[in-house]
Order: sequence, then C-alpha cells, then structure tokens
Amino acid sequence: MSTAVDLSLTVNGERVTRRIEARRHLIDFLRLDLGFMGTHAGCEHGMCGACTVRVDGKIVRGCLVLAASLEGAQVETIEGVSDSGEIRDLQDAFIARNACQCGYCTPGMLLTAADLLSFNPRPSRAEIREHLSGNYCRCTGYHAIVDAVAATAAKRSGGAGR
Amino acid sequence: MNEVIDPRSVDRPNSYIGKSVPRPNAAKLVEGQGQYVDDIVLPRMVHVAFVRSPHAHARILRVDGAEALQLPGVLRVFTGKELAPHCDPWVATLAHLKGMKSAPQHPLPLERATWVGEAVAAVVAETRAAAEDAAARVVVDYEPLPAAVDMETALLPATPVIHPDLGDNLCFERVNQAGDVEAAFRSAHRIVEATFHTGRHTGVTLEPRSILADYNRASGRLTVHHATQAPHMMQSVLAKHLRLAEGDVRVICTDVGGSYGIKVHVYPDEVAVAVIAKLMGRPVKFIADRLESFASDIHARDHRIEGRMAVDAEGRITAIDIDDLTGIGPYSVYPRTSAVEGNQVVNLVGGPYDFANFRAKTTVVLQNKTPTCQYRAVGHPIATAVTEGLVDLAAEALAIDPVEFRRRNLMRDGSYPRTSPAGMKFEGLSHEKSLETLLAMMDYPALRSEQAQLRAKGVHRGIGLASFIELTNPSPFMYGIGGARISAQDGCTVRIDPDGSVMAATGVTEQGQGTEAIIRQIVAESAGVPIGHVRVITGDTLTTPYGGGTWACRGAGIGGEAALQAGLAVKDAALRVAGAMLQASADTLDLVDGQIVERKSGQARMPLAELARIVYFRGDTLPPDLPRELMQTRHFITKEYPFAFTNGVQACWLELDPETGIITLLKHWCVEDCGRIINPMLVDEQVRGGIVQGIGGALYEHCVYSPEGQLLVGSMADYLVPMAAEMPDIEVGHVETPTKESQLGAKGAGEAGTAGAPAAVMNAINDALKPFGAKVLAQPFTPERILAALGKVPQRRPVPAGTVAALQPRATPHPAERSASATARISGKTGEHGLLARLFGRKS
Repeated sequence: MSTAVDLSLTVNGERVTRRIEARRHLIDFLRLDLGFMGTHAGCEHGMCGACTVRVDGKIVRGCLVLAASLEGAQVETIEGVSDSGEIRDLQDAFIARNACQCGYCTPGMLLTAADLLSFNPRPSRAEIREHLSGNYCRCTGYHAIVDAVAATAAKRSGGAGR
Repeated sequence: MNEVIDPRSVDRPNSYIGKSVPRPNAAKLVEGQGQYVDDIVLPRMVHVAFVRSPHAHARILRVDGAEALQLPGVLRVFTGKELAPHCDPWVATLAHLKGMKSAPQHPLPLERATWVGEAVAAVVAETRAAAEDAAARVVVDYEPLPAAVDMETALLPATPVIHPDLGDNLCFERVNQAGDVEAAFRSAHRIVEATFHTGRHTGVTLEPRSILADYNRASGRLTVHHATQAPHMMQSVLAKHLRLAEGDVRVICTDVGGSYGIKVHVYPDEVAVAVIAKLMGRPVKFIADRLESFASDIHARDHRIEGRMAVDAEGRITAIDIDDLTGIGPYSVYPRTSAVEGNQVVNLVGGPYDFANFRAKTTVVLQNKTPTCQYRAVGHPIATAVTEGLVDLAAEALAIDPVEFRRRNLMRDGSYPRTSPAGMKFEGLSHEKSLETLLAMMDYPALRSEQAQLRAKGVHRGIGLASFIELTNPSPFMYGIGGARISAQDGCTVRIDPDGSVMAATGVTEQGQGTEAIIRQIVAESAGVPIGHVRVITGDTLTTPYGGGTWACRGAGIGGEAALQAGLAVKDAALRVAGAMLQASADTLDLVDGQIVERKSGQARMPLAELARIVYFRGDTLPPDLPRELMQTRHFITKEYPFAFTNGVQACWLELDPETGIITLLKHWCVEDCGRIINPMLVDEQVRGGIVQGIGGALYEHCVYSPEGQLLVGSMADYLVPMAAEMPDIEVGHVETPTKESQLGAKGAGEAGTAGAPAAVMNAINDALKPFGAKVLAQPFTPERILAALGKVPQRRPVPAGTVAALQPRATPHPAERSASATARISGKTGEHGLLARLFGRKS
C-alpha cells in the first residue's frame, strides 16, 4: 500500500533528503522523519490549525499537505523561526500576556499571527480574530492572544495599539 | 483558622504572591520545545491502534486478526479475552453515593460492545500507520443487539437492560431536600417552571489522549508517560489492576496539551496499552486520533432538568424544586464515577440564593452512548443554568428587573458562615459585592438604555446575568470517603541546593493553567529567595510528594498551601544553621531575597549560597549536633470545610438576528471571588478560558446521536468549538474573600468561567427574544433552535432537546407539551400547572 518517493527540500534552512512513503503528510514527515516535535497534530483534517507551518513563505496545514509534493520547497517550523529570532517579539508578547496556557496550539497560533502581521502591520482586534479563526485554542478564550498580537503590532509600529 | 497572608501589607519582603509574574514554563512552549507524550520516542517503541465498535450494542462473536497480522510491521492483535487474565476489572461506584451501581469493566470488552467507538481489539505495529492499516483488516463478527439510547426511556420496561446482572439501567438516584417544598408551592404568589436541556458535549483537548507505557521485565517496573491530571491516582490504579506494587509503577506527565477534566479518568483503552506493554515487555504508545477522541473521550452534561420556583409577593424565592435526569453511557467511569455530575447538580442548584425550601432529585441512567464523567466545572453549568433560568423567569413574572430580583434574593455578604438548603457549607462569599462590582464594570443602566434605543430600530440585543457558586479545594468528602484512592491532601518538598537556588517538587500538576508559576511565586516568597532561583518539579510519581494532582480547582488552594508551609519550613531550617554560623539566635535573623539578614535592621549577613556550601561541603565546621535539614516537606489538607466555595457573577451582551437566528456575542463580564489571588493575570486567563468553554456548550457544541446510537459528530467540522472570530472580549473583575482554612487563603479559580457562562448566554438570548414572546432553554442555542422558537422553522420532533415554541396562551395544554422539553410556564397562586401562560400574564 505504500510507494516510496525520494524527496529533497529545505527545512529550517537545512537541506534534507529522505525516501518517504507517498502518503506521508508533512506533519508526520516533520515529526517522525525529522524530529521537529514543535509542530503538533490536533485534528488531522485541517480544522484546528495546530500543525500550521510555512511552505515557501505561506502558512499551510501540515496535516493536509503531502510531503511528497514539496520537492525543492522551503519549509519553516516553529523551531526555525525561533532559532532565527524572526518572531522573538511575538513570542515575548505571548509570554508576557500569558497568551499560551497548555502550549499545544501555540506554535501554529504564532505562525498564523506572524503571517497576519507580515501583510497587515496594524490589524484591528476584529482583524486579528478573523485571521486566527482557523486556529483552535481551548485554554485561553483567545482574548489574551489577541492582546499579545495587538501589542506586538503596536510595538513594531512604534505606537500604541489600535 | 489562620492568619491569612495579605499581599498588600507594606514592606513585605519577597512579595511575589499577588503579582502577575509570567509563567516560567511559557518560554519553552512558545518555541515548540514542550514535551508532550507524543513527542517522546523510546527504543523498540511500538504503536497501538484500536478496532472500535460500529454498533451501539452488539455481541462480539469472533475477533479474527489473521489477515491483519499478514501486513508488514504488524506484531500482535489483542482481544479482550487475551488481556483479561492480566488485568483485574473495575467497578466504578463510590460507597457514599448510596445505592449506586455499575458493571465490571475490562480494558477491552469480553462479550459485548456497548457504545459506538468502544475499543474491542488492539493492533500493535511498528508504526501507527501500519497499526491503523492492520486495524482495518481485523475481522470482528458482531451480533447487533437492541440498544438503550435515549435516557428518557432508559428505565422503561420495554428498554433493553444493558447489564442484566444489574437488574435495570438505573445507576444512581438521589433526592436532596430541606424545608417543606409542597407547602411553599401551595402558598406561592407566583410559580415559574421550565424544562432545561444541557446538550451532551465533550472536552476536545487539542492534544488528544496520549499514553506511552514501558515495562521492564528485568526490573519489574512499569513507567508510564501519560497525559493525565492525576499521576498518583493513575499509579495507584495501574498498580492495583495490573497487580504491581505501587512503587513499581512510575507515572510521568511532563507537558499536557489541555485537560479540563478529560484527562483525569481511567480509560479502558489506556489501561489496555499498559497491559500490552507488560505483556510485550517494551514501550507501547497510543495517541488517540480526533475521531477516537469524539467517540471515546468522556462526554458530559447530558441532562434534562425540570425545574420550578416559588416566589412570594415581595419577589423573594420561597422554594426551588428540580428533577434532573442524565444519561451516562453504559458504564460509570472509573474511579471518580459518573454519578458525581448529577450529585453536584442537586448540591448546587439554588446555591447563590437565600431561601428555605428545597428539593432536588437526580436520576442517573445507563445507556448505549459514550460514557460521561467529570468535565470542567462538573455539574455547575447545569445547576447555574437551571437556577438562573428560573430566576429570570421569576423576575419576568413579577415584572421586576433581573438585577433587582437578584439583589432581593442573593445571600447577604455579612451572613456567613452558613449552610445552604442543599447542605453546602459556605465559609464566606461575596455575592452582593460581586454583583455591584459587575454592574459598575458593565455600566448596566447605560447598557439597558442602549438596548431600548436599538430595539426601537429593530436591532435585538440582550443582557443576561448569572450568579454562581463554585466548589473548590475538595476534601476527602468528594471521593476518599467513597473508597476511591484519590488523594485530597497534597504535598510539597522544598530543597535548598548548594548554590542557594531552590527546588520545589509538588504533587499538583501543570496542564497549562500555571501551577508551576504559582508554586514558584509561593515558594520564593515563603522561603525568602529571588523567584528566578526557584525551580518547580511536577508530574512525576517518583520525584514529587504524594498528591491528588489537578482537579476540582485544588492546585492553588491545597498544593499552594503545602508549598507555602514547605517554604516557611525550609527557611526556618536555614535560619537555624545561620544562627549557629553567625553566633546569633535564629529568631533575630531572616532570609530575604536569598540573603541571611538581621531581622530588625535588614542588614545582610551572609548569602544563602554560602550557608548551603558550608552545609553540603563543610559540614565538619558546624556544631556536630546541629540539624542541617535544608530539605523540608509539608502536606496540607482542608480541615473544617468539605469544600471551599467561591462565588461570582457573569454578564453577557449579545445581538440576535431574528431572520437568521444567529447570535453575535458583543461583550462578556465576570466578577469572581477565588479568595487570595496568587497571580492576577493567571486567574483572569483561567476565567476567560473557562467562559469561552462555557460559551461553546451554550452555542455550538453538541454530541449528536442518531436514534440507533450512532455518534453523528466525529470531526471538528461537525462538532463546533468556539474559535477566535466568534468570541467576545471578556472583562474580569475580582472580589477577594480569602479562606481562613489556610495561611495562603487561596481557593480555586479554574472552573468559575465555565460554571456561569452558559446561563448568562441563555438569559441574554431570552432577553433579546423578549419582544417576540419566545424562549430557548435547550443548549446549544443553535440558529435553528432560535428560529424554531420564533416560529420561523418547524420544531424538530421528537424533541430530544426541544426549543420552546413562542409562548402563546392556550386554553388546554397539548399532552405532548410537557415532554416537549423546553416549555416555560408561569402559574398563579393556586399553583395550577396545566396551562401555558404568557410570561407577562397574570394568573393563567
């Protein structure tokens, strides 16, 4: 039932070559084949956003993407953006505002929030809520997450929050 | 009774209690460096996938794993009969819940499957994918049996009895009463009555249930990495049923991806994993997938409650009478049992109010659906919805503003200690102050006038209030007296290390709520060291003091007090050594910010690190008989009250679109009183998260079954949870009434949000529906149900969770009306109940 596929791509800046099953999802490829455990599987059908990662700069659901489709792609996970320091301010805001509790949704939530701020540097609370609406968090009730994203946006823009 | 710490006292050294200190463990979580069970990979680890029953009730005739075993990477197929000799079955009853009964349950069933999703066989393979492939090839021959699905008919003679040895499908029944209810209703000025439904829902932890069990045959030890709230309880359960010594079972839970009560129970499939690990002598992992989670995580809150309230001409409550029915699935869940939710309902109904005559009955029945058990705020959202629903009906019947009605009836702030008609002992609550604080926060009069103006323009907004009580800091009265090996006490060990840093090991666990943060604050303050010098250890039965873990809001109040006392004890021990070293009396010294200082002048005498260096490496320089016990353990258990009750009040402000039935939440407020607040930010976020979880049950979440017992919601596309875009901003305020049971004064805060939110949402919707003469009383309040209440779409029949039709006066009641659930009625002094009445009507 499995067909092996040879795959070469870049993950968090490092070239990776593996032979994988054709049915391997990106989330399983990252976790099981490469050991990047920061990306979490929540629902495995694209509803919860816990497995959100970046492929060629765009956020995707790791559970809906077949790894075999990513030949030559650039994949970034929470480990990559943490090491690069790219979202350090957002992470600090999440810590300061207690915008993560159990932490299971947090990597996906951070990548989704970073995505919003990349094209909308001063989002309103409603816009933040809308953009995060595909990322399920059972712990926080979202209010603190919205605060943390708004605070980061304000800080980056050098002004008070909207 | 204790002198309680006051964080506002001036010049308090090491003052961390009461401050919004960030969580020490958040840093790893935001970088994806947490360690959840599925992140753990062990040598020779294998994976389990379960074959689950597609039938609500069926005899298992044959399980054939031959074809499955042919697939590559597949190692074993286990049936219930193969596991049974290695694991003693359990019966989930509690002795103090008189008359309760349930059937013996095995890791996998021996003869019959009793709900859709029950694991009936286990496949072990080298990878999860291979195990799943193979599970699909396991042939199970079933003989479908008639199922008992609907709780309303569970006790009828025609309904099949799920466990013939029990005689019937009744699990538990209790009537809790005080005063003379019938007399109070006979002499009532007004009577309101209604039938409420709280839809069956479930926890949907983002991290699914997870277990990795590893048995070492040579040492005879079982190590279990488990996403659990109660490691010591699991240790005890696994030891007992797998016939091991407790010391040979180690349960470790590092990071847990959300629990909310879902992960405090014994799941048969998880026990099966431990048995398989013991049989195979290697690490065995099981991570539930989302479909399995919906079908096999505990469900909760499947209640139908008929309630009535009597009020006098002054608008005072004179009596409350409720009849609660709940279906709990085919087995009571081990070891907490599935009767506790109904028991809580009959303990908590009417909780905030001052009245004398009370009767509450719960009937807990077995049925062929997923088992239910304790889920965040156990019973509270149900009791609060019924109470607050009746309160609003009564206010409406008397044409009194709901705020004014509450002011007349809430227990007075100065009236404690006291006991409620339901028998609950309250040490000190603050309903009145909480309500007034809430009204000021939301600017109630302004909101009412805005509502009136918008209503004139055809915009329909509603305000809903809900006062509530919450049970926290449970004593052994909750489980221990019933025979369950669930610890109500908890402990903390504090050790000073050679560099002057401090390790604190606690029996309470971290699920993201901030346990590590508050224990760190408390120990830093009580031991007298900088907060950055404290490292907290949780979630490991081998390295932490024996404790109950995290449930029923006990972490801060019980674990926190143990930490406080252990910190004070280790400080005393250090000062004793310091006295000897400095030739001073220990009581003239203090430990502040990691320095030994003179108590009076505050002058620094010696760093704690120097003291520790001498103790550990140059003990020869100290007086030979001097105790140098720089590790201290203290345990705490509540003494005078079975529970430390908290209280609070919530308000919901929403808009209802009468054309679509869609609700838009605009704002939510909560004022709660959890006693001494250790970390205001963490408390606020517990409240907010809890409120949104309550809103989920009120508006979206529903485990829907077909009449045959098929679960119709198996994915997050079918079962809706609250997402960011639909949720409102939430303002949280506080009143602090510390408990005198402890020096810390803390009570629990984790469930208050969930306790009150559904009632506040329900009352707000019904407030918005007022101009239409319609009401909804069956959760979740979906657009369809709201439109049905407005008469715009047909009412679904039969009505498992009926939404009330518009309340029209009618001369004779339709016989079906009473069972058509969400009827709300008001009757006059004579107490006749046969007629539907207008809410604003006089006597019907």
